[in-house]
Amino acid sequence: MNIFFQQFVNGLTLGSVYALVALGLTLVYGILHVPNFAHGAFYMVGAYLSFTGMTKLGLNYWVAMGGAAMVVAVIAVLSDKLVYHPLRNSPGTHHMIAAIGLLLFLESGVQVIWGAEFRRLPMPYPQIFRSFDLTLPAQRLIIIAAAFSLMGLLHLFLRKTLVGSTILAMAQNREGAALVGIDATRVSTLTFAISGALATVAAALFAPIALIYPAMGHLVIMKAFVIIVLGGMGSVPGAITGAMILGFAESFAAFYISTDYKDVVSFAILVLILSVRPQGLFSHGVR
Amino acid sequence: MLDPLIGLLYARRRALIALVLASALIFPLTGANSYLIYLVTLSFIMAISALGMNIILGYAGQFNLAHAGFMAIGAYAVGILTVDHRWGFWPAFLMAGPIAALFGFVGGVISLRLKGHFFAIFTLCVGYIIYLVIEKADELTHGTVGIIDIPAPTSIGPFAFDKPIPQYYLVLGFLLVALFLKHRIVSSLLGRAFIAVRNSEDLAQALGINLMRTKLIAFTLSTFYAGIAGGLYAGFVRFIGPAIALEGNTFELVMFILVGGIGTLFGPLLGTIALTILTESLQFLKEFRMVVFGPLLIALVIFFPQGILGYCLQRVAKMRADALGQGAIPPEVAPQDPRHRKPETRDA
Repeated sequence: MNIFFQQFVNGLTLGSVYALVALGLTLVYGILHVPNFAHGAFYMVGAYLSFTGMTKLGLNYWVAMGGAAMVVAVIAVLSDKLVYHPLRNSPGTHHMIAAIGLLLFLESGVQVIWGAEFRRLPMPYPQIFRSFDLTLPAQRLIIIAAAFSLMGLLHLFLRKTLVGSTILAMAQNREGAALVGIDATRVSTLTFAISGALATVAAALFAPIALIYPAMGHLVIMKAFVIIVLGGMGSVPGAITGAMILGFAESFAAFYISTDYKDVVSFAILVLILSVRPQGLFSHGVR
Repeated sequence: MLDPLIGLLYARRRALIALVLASALIFPLTGANSYLIYLVTLSFIMAISALGMNIILGYAGQFNLAHAGFMAIGAYAVGILTVDHRWGFWPAFLMAGPIAALFGFVGGVISLRLKGHFFAIFTLCVGYIIYLVIEKADELTHGTVGIIDIPAPTSIGPFAFDKPIPQYYLVLGFLLVALFLKHRIVSSLLGRAFIAVRNSEDLAQALGINLMRTKLIAFTLSTFYAGIAGGLYAGFVRFIGPAIALEGNTFELVMFILVGGIGTLFGPLLGTIALTILTESLQFLKEFRMVVFGPLLIALVIFFPQGILGYCLQRVAKMRADALGQGAIPPEVAPQDPRHRKPETRDA
């Protein structure tokens, strides 16, 4: 029972982190129809900035996270303006190549500034809750709580505010949104800012129980892609569901199958599902 | 302003190719040091891989991000067969291409059901699966340690390939065969079908081109090239580790292709050699060269997406169109809009 509970909590933690990363990715895809391969780099830069904020500047965990989120939001907006906007009329492969250029730049930039060695964010809440024979580390609880409240806030923002609904409108129908007077440039700026901030929060939440290194974004971004392909590109509920499926699959596979192959599991799920349903689990259109 | 030069080079393209070939043949005899020979040989191997990737990316228009993974499969086929199963280099090498192509075929059957971005994302994951499996399957691939002491190519008749200079000629030979075969492929009806698929899948289908079959052939061919390049890599570098399957290596190939000219015959070769030399001359930046190359890649794709060779061919096509406009065709019939002056062919 204890082990099952432990894996359940692990799965929920992983799922929460993946969901925040995948949400940013899926929002950007919904607006620009560009798979942002550089999104993992935003995640990584966010982790490093939070690290510096906490260790060098001695900031509080949440302040460091917020500050890093703002900086990464600016980086994300700049990358939209400088990279994706000039390419808006180019064929699809060009976006992907430019995204790779951005990824290489951010990754090597981080390596120049911080070096290639592994780092760890100091644990802000090292407590462990125990009751009966169940143990629950506080950081995991915080990840789950913070991620779910952020997802709730994002949902409210997208559904209940005018600004938020412009994003959804744009994702649903670009021409239609333009016809009713929605400013496409403003929406894409906003979306990139949100996606950068979400990636940073995910990184800062996960960093105390994971490691920080320049290539940390690779695996996460690929899993985020798996999630949004499964959940349907551009779909917010799909991204959250997909993230949870992947998080649980991974944590239970790590225990019941093999820790060595836990990362293969998520990709195997993708291959398996796409072999049967090339259009993904939750989408109706044909690609 | 470069137009006269480009025009002259294009008119003399056969002589130019002969000149380049001749200089490639005498290069090791000019007293170049063995490091330079090693570097050029390695860039030829990468060029073979890039030529293959260009078939699927440049001609068929599908962004396969698992290319380095298939190259790794070719390299590991040679490594495992020679080191663990005591095969000779050449029998093992003969298997490298077919094994990579077999994996490519199976991978293609699954991944080519997806289009555009989804295909790119899916192949990115396929590449990562290849990397993870190589890293974790200790018994088969020696895991993170990698395979060491892979035998160098053994002699064929009087030709021994244990020294840098003979190895250079061996790789050059393979490169020339690879170029020739690619030239035959892309100028055949099949190559035209690839280009048709790239330009518009719907249109290609309307013309009676079987999309899946055409893309699968392009994919399998490109993985065959990757396997050959991987096999040569294993025999030349003689040490392989899981890292050669990482997506970063695919990204580098993309950069080579883009700089040289995407969808051109010689572009990937030009880009590979130019960037390898550029990287070496920026040696002081070695580990941080991506700080320079990343923005360079973005700038290229925004301002110069045809690459060096693609740009030249575009100018040639435009000059021809202009000449045609002034001569036989009355001006009002000649294409006025520059967008209509597309190059007739993109294979040089």
